[in-house]
Amino acid sequence: MRVHTRFFASARDAVGTRELDLEVPADTTAGALLDRLISDYPKLAGHAKTLRMAVNEAYTDLSHPLNEGDEVALIPPVSGG
Amino acid sequence: MLFKVTEDVLDPRELEKELDKPENGAVVTFQGVVRDNSRGRTVSYLEYDAYAPMATKVMAQIAEEIRAKWPVTDIGIWHRTGRLEIGEASLLVVVTSGHRKEAFEACHHCVDRIKEIVPVWKKEVWDNGESWVEGDVMVADRDACAEETPAKPKRKRLTKEEKMKVDHEAFLRSAISSAFLT
Repeated sequence: MRVHTRFFASARDAVGTRELDLEVPADTTAGALLDRLISDYPKLAGHAKTLRMAVNEAYTDLSHPLNEGDEVALIPPVSGG
Repeated sequence: MLFKVTEDVLDPRELEKELDKPENGAVVTFQGVVRDNSRGRTVSYLEYDAYAPMATKVMAQIAEEIRAKWPVTDIGIWHRTGRLEIGEASLLVVVTSGHRKEAFEACHHCVDRIKEIVPVWKKEVWDNGESWVEGDVMVADRDACAEETPAKPKRKRLTKEEKMKVDHEAFLRSAISSAFLT
């Protein structure tokens, strides 16, 4: 299945792009997708422990199963205000 | 629009006007403004990035959280993105209510929650460099520190997956549970 991924702040710098469409196995979880991204983009490894995940614009757990067409975002610690 | 992420200059009077209702006795407006210094460095300007569609949803969630705790009339939250110069407003929060106490308290809480969970990031740009700020950490300093300090073996190492799970769950407890389960 296909998922759309989005990257922000230092995670975007580590990956080198804002967005990616990825083909992943049907039973992929948010955490498994993060592992795959870390292996594809080793610079992400330094950020892994602080990164959060959001699926379809809501914070989610790493065990959350993904569905076809989901938008998955890597969310570094926020610093708005 | 009560919740907005925009590249346009923020006008507090405009947001206050949107929240104008005859039953209000208090209007508390908070402006977050770009400061010219940060942790001993002189800041030239800031650049803000946001996951805008999610940011407006999280703003609305924070407003719901506030309504559950304080009897306020309305809450408006606008965040600006892009390049902001010193002295420009990056964040506007306006809270209206019948009386001042709940408006002050709700506004204070609202700004704290925005800084905890709304997906917006600032990059500080100085004369001689720049860095994303993530939580309380300057990313450039963290990276420099990681390069200088060789990794030490720890007494008990969690696997990467365990560590991520622990960190993630701690975050969800603060960000999600307090918003929806309490």
